Amino acid sequence: MWLLSEHSRGPSLRFGPPLLAAAATGLLVVGFGLAFYWAPEDADQGFSQKIFYLHVPIALTAYACFGWGAWKALRLLWTGERRYDLESYTAIHMGVIFGLLTLITGSIWAKVSWGVWWSWGERQLVLFLILFLFYSSYFMLRFSTEPGPRRERNSAVYALFGVVLIPVSFLAVRIAGTILHPTIFTHEGADLPGEMLAAFCVCLAGMLSLAGALYLVELSGKRIDASLRELKELLA
Amino acid sequence: MSAYAADVAALARKDLLLEFRSRDTLPAMLLFVVSALTVFHFALPGGSSERAETGLLWIAIVFTALLGLARAFAAEREQGVLDGLVLAPSDRSAIWLGKTIGVTVFLVLAELVALPAFALFFHPLSWELVAAVALADLGIAAIGTLLAAMAAASRARELLLPLLFLPLVIPVVIGGVGASVAAEPGSFLAFLGLYDAVFAILCWASFEYVVTE
Repeated sequence: MWLLSEHSRGPSLRFGPPLLAAAATGLLVVGFGLAFYWAPEDADQGFSQKIFYLHVPIALTAYACFGWGAWKALRLLWTGERRYDLESYTAIHMGVIFGLLTLITGSIWAKVSWGVWWSWGERQLVLFLILFLFYSSYFMLRFSTEPGPRRERNSAVYALFGVVLIPVSFLAVRIAGTILHPTIFTHEGADLPGEMLAAFCVCLAGMLSLAGALYLVELSGKRIDASLRELKELLA
Repeated sequence: MSAYAADVAALARKDLLLEFRSRDTLPAMLLFVVSALTVFHFALPGGSSERAETGLLWIAIVFTALLGLARAFAAEREQGVLDGLVLAPSDRSAIWLGKTIGVTVFLVLAELVALPAFALFFHPLSWELVAAVALADLGIAAIGTLLAAMAAASRARELLLPLLFLPLVIPVVIGGVGASVAAEPGSFLAFLGLYDAVFAILCWASFEYVVTE
């Protein structure tokens, strides 16, 4: 492993993925068990509200991934250490996957609740569509720039733009749209019965562990890929 | 005048002088925006509302800006000027600020034709619309200049810029259209001002990383 360049260095990934994967499995099984058998049914929406325990944790996990990617991007620009590039890229990769899942689950929820697959009145879905387009362009930017410090810094700056775009777009969609989405969290705190909140938190913790496990697995894959490419270049 | 302001003024002057002599970009932007407005007339079925017309004006503005931005770093790239500018003993953010001023001037000139043409073809302008366009120009120029520099470093320049640009200007379009058609435009204009401030600071601070080799 001494051949690896500074791209692929970083803390060892031997123990993280299995531990996080086990935690994700346990927490998600318990969380959905609690959500379906223990938490009370929603008075308005009935059984269909159960998708809340899947949709909202996925959405928050996507935000967490985007935030994590931007943090690593900031570290890259701040310290100039090149290993942060792959970490930022992997985090955004995970964020896009969870963002797409948010769009799909949100669309299913909209179909069940309002009978349409897409509603421009639902702020979170519109916001995720904007973010999905934005972060898909991140991949276009990466793939059409030559590998090197320039690409790493451009990607990092773009990733930082993303976390600024999230609140700005949130505000924009909020002042633009009609208010249809049920506001579960208000300024006074969570407006949920205790059992629902507990089940939700377990599901959120499970989803975050799942994202963490996937992130570490993907990161080690990308590191191996980068060092393999380097070895090929050395041999060529 | 401080050294920084002198650098910015010299860079902006260079862009304006270059355009004044070569007339590459601005005539194309003017022709494009008037053509787009003509196409919009035929794209809108008869009896469409004024609100729909206003929305299309914003599309015309965004795409006209995109046309200008795609050319923003063309001269620098073709002549290898950017390397010289980066090596020059001045703050790199001055390059961004000078270019942003140049882009803003082009946009304003294009709109000096586009807005009267819109008023002539469709319906009279409100002051809210003009204020929103002015505010949007600043944000579009600030963010577009940075993204154009980013796209100039990639292989697929002309292809990449719209992809990077459009998701980021969705808030501008929301704010601009809102300010033009809403009964109370104040909050939308304030939002546009906020957008300009936030992204201008971010672009100003991060431009250095985009151009340094």
